[in-house]
Formats: sequence, structure tokens, C-alpha cells
Amino acid sequence: MMKYKDFQEIFEEASSKNKKIYEISEQHEAEITEISVQEVREKVKINLKAMKDAIKQGLKSKEKSMSGMCGDDCAKLLERYKYGESLFSETYQKILTYAFATMEQNLRMGKIVACPTAGSCGIVPAVIIAMAESRDADDEFLVNALITAGTIGQLVSNKLALAGAVAGCQSECGVACAMAAGGLVEMCGGTNEQILNAAALALKNIMGLVCDPVAGLVEVPCVKRNAFLAIQAVTAAELSFAGIKSVIPIDEIVDAMKQVGELMSPKFKESAEGGLATTKTGLEITEKLTNEWSLEN
Amino acid sequence: MEKTKTLFDIIGPVIIGPSSSHTAGAVRIGYLAGKIFGEIPKKVRFKLYNSFATTGKGHGTDKGLLAGVLGMDVDNESIKKAFNYAKKLNVDYSFEHAQDNNRHPNSVDIFLEGSYKMEISGNSVGAGEVCITNIDGYRFNINGDYNTLILLYKDKPGMVYRVSALLQSKNLNIATMHCDRSAKGEEASMGICLDSMLPDSVIEELEKIDEVYLIRSIEVLKK
Repeated sequence: MMKYKDFQEIFEEASSKNKKIYEISEQHEAEITEISVQEVREKVKINLKAMKDAIKQGLKSKEKSMSGMCGDDCAKLLERYKYGESLFSETYQKILTYAFATMEQNLRMGKIVACPTAGSCGIVPAVIIAMAESRDADDEFLVNALITAGTIGQLVSNKLALAGAVAGCQSECGVACAMAAGGLVEMCGGTNEQILNAAALALKNIMGLVCDPVAGLVEVPCVKRNAFLAIQAVTAAELSFAGIKSVIPIDEIVDAMKQVGELMSPKFKESAEGGLATTKTGLEITEKLTNEWSLEN
Repeated sequence: MEKTKTLFDIIGPVIIGPSSSHTAGAVRIGYLAGKIFGEIPKKVRFKLYNSFATTGKGHGTDKGLLAGVLGMDVDNESIKKAFNYAKKLNVDYSFEHAQDNNRHPNSVDIFLEGSYKMEISGNSVGAGEVCITNIDGYRFNINGDYNTLILLYKDKPGMVYRVSALLQSKNLNIATMHCDRSAKGEEASMGICLDSMLPDSVIEELEKIDEVYLIRSIEVLKK
């Protein structure tokens, strides 16, 4: 468990030392893992490179997953953007395609960075890397953003296991969204207060999100959800910069998520026994895959 | 005890997808089993239980387990081609599926055959974390977080003392220790987690103890 038990504690520590949250966190990480702060940052850079590689590979591929449900949606977006068609800016396009690219690499058994989990691996990299490119930001800023994002995940995980099987998707893609929101605020020069506020705004909006994957696979609705929540992270950062406050403080939101997770039916915890997984179509897909795969064995 | 979540448990680990529990966890169970077996098997059979059995195919659990047994780590991009790799090495592999409510949702029995036979069971407990629960019928609790010494030996008074005295003489600190046995005076097992690497000299000393018939030193997993 992190030394700081909740967001308030790390916020107060940072305020008293006049430091950013990532500075407190990288120092903490260096202490508990007995390496230098510089080494912590170098390790983050290795994972950052793996994130960039996943995006690069994912943008080039149309290969479908073993189930055949997903894998060629990034290509569809790229096709649209090739002709300059889009409702929004180039950065928006990048966020969407990077989220799809990463998740599609994941489902075709490519190399990704779990962030915080494999099923939510597209959100943080899409937001942070797309925005860094549009601002021409140096990798050091990306490292600061990733450490900030990681700290948000750590602090949530002090109270709530980051696993769909334990607390539903709110604890996977939901937490990834809050991580991305906070990381983005850091990269764009926001204050500690704005970082935590962005994370709070994001978390409030994913409260109760269930984990109901079709056939139990990390595909439907996970791939598209990563893209949707990447955009939500940007919204949270934007609101926070505008001074729009979360009425409920972040630590109380995490307590509420924990309560919701505990009350959530096991049918909505990655068991594929409810929600989308047991819709008519969901069940048909499951049956088809089960038959196909049992023939192979 | 809950393990401390580091920054790199959240921004990481770097793994082959799609699932930390069903893919990366499977690779880790296979990897530990391969290290415990100590050689590339000629034949390996996997019995997958519960969620591993029902959703394993779509998550590449089968490929992950096999890749791990053949020595691949969780971020190896060849995991996807594990079947071909096994064929190239002339490893005869097979899978079977079972449902058993008494078993962990993501669990597997691995039957290995080479210059000898061994049976290893493991669970994937979430977020890529795993636990080897059984080796040849002896209960273990090996998760790869520590350098681990595994011993199978003929049960005899004073064995625990002999081993711990030897470790102490090399200034090695024991983090946890777990013993099990089949019956009094028969065979027994020890799983010892250490805070530091086990030097070869200790293994040489252990080899001199007549009662010990299997020694494995498993290095802490790269995470």
C-alpha cells in the first residue's frame, strides 16, 4: 500500500513542500523500491516507449482477434480521416485512433502496457501521447503525466481492487479515465488541485460501470469503451481548467465506488453472466465460439 | 498479506494481451512450472479449470501456458506462436478442460514429462499475479515475488534446522517458509522465500544432503 492513504494526504504533503504530485510520488516510489528518482523516471520511459510502440503497431494492422469480433475498427477511423472527414480536431482523431490501436494490439496478442489493466490499456496512452504530440511536448512532460496518472491509480487501489472481477469496469476503464484526466492536467501545466479535481469529475461519471464482456473476452464492449473514456478524460481536464469543481471530494467518490462495487451483482463482475454478455446476440456469439473452439480441441 | 502496489503495478506491467489474468497470468504459471520442472519437457498436458477452460481459447490462455513452460516471459511477442515453437522443439502438448467448483476460477494442472515426471498446479489470482499451489501433491505457495528455494526430501528430524542453518551461515534472510509432507518419515517438501539471490555454493551444499532428492532455485520474476 502507498504510504499516503488517500488523495487528501498526498495533496497536503505536496502543498506543504510546494511540490507537484508527481514529485512526491516519484520520491515515494524511489524509497519503497530502493532505487533513485532518476531510475524511476527511466523505468517510466521504458513503459512509455512500449505504449508508443503498441500505438504504432496497432495503427498498421487490421488483424482480427481470435473470436473475430474486433480488430479492424481503428482502420475504419483512419480511412475516414484520410479524406479529411472529421467532426473535430486532429488531436481528437488521434485520441480515438490511439485508443483503438492500443486495444486492438491487445486483443491480437500484441505487446501492451497494462494501465491499470490490459482491458483498459488504451485510455491513458491515447490521451497523454496524442496531446503531447499536438503540443510538441518533451518526453519529460510525458513522464510527469504518467507518474501523475499512476499515482491516481495507486491511491484508488489503496481502497478498491483494480479488477473488473472485484468491482466491475468502474475499477478498470473508469479508473483509467481518471488517471488520464489527471495526467493530462499535469502535462498541460495544471495545479495539484486541478489534477485531483479532473480525476474526481471523471470518476463520478463512471460510477457503477459494470463489467459484462461478451463471451468473457476483453473485446465487447471493452475496445470501444476505451475510446469513449479517453474522450471523457479530456472533458474532465477541460472542465477542471475552467474552474468547474467536483462538488464531492475525490476521496469520498472512491469510498462511494467501493460501496457500489460491493453491492454490485457478481453477474456484472467479468463473469459474463449478465448485461451485454447475456443479451440475445451476446449469447448467440458465445454459443458459436464455444462450438467452434470445442471442435478444435 | 497485500503486496505493496508500486507505480509500475499501475503503469504496467508490459505484457502480451489480451488479459492480465488469462494471458499474462497463464504465461507466469507456465514459466514458473517450467523452471520448477527444470528442463524442456518432451510431453506436457494442461488441464484447464473453470474460467480458464471456458474463456481460455479467446484469451490465448493455452498459448500462454505453453509459451511459459517453454521459457517465454509475459512480454515475449512470440507467445502468439507458442504452438509452432513447441512443434519445432518436438514438444508434444495437449489441453483438456474441466469444471470444478472446488478449484479457483482460473486454475490449471500441468503434467510434465521429460527425463522424469512432475505434476504442478497453479492459479491466476488477478492482475497477472499467480500462485503455484501444488508440486507432485505437496502444497506450495510460490508467486515469484521472491527468490524461492524448493526442496523435496525424505522426511527426517532436523531437516528444517539443517537447511535454515545453512542459509544462515551464508547470511541469507528467510522471508517466508512453508513445509508439507506426505506422511511421517516419508517424503516432505520445503518452499523457502529469500530476500536475496541463492548463491550456487548453497545449492552445492544442499546437494550433499542425502535425504534431499530435488532442489530448485527459482529467481524472482521480472515485473
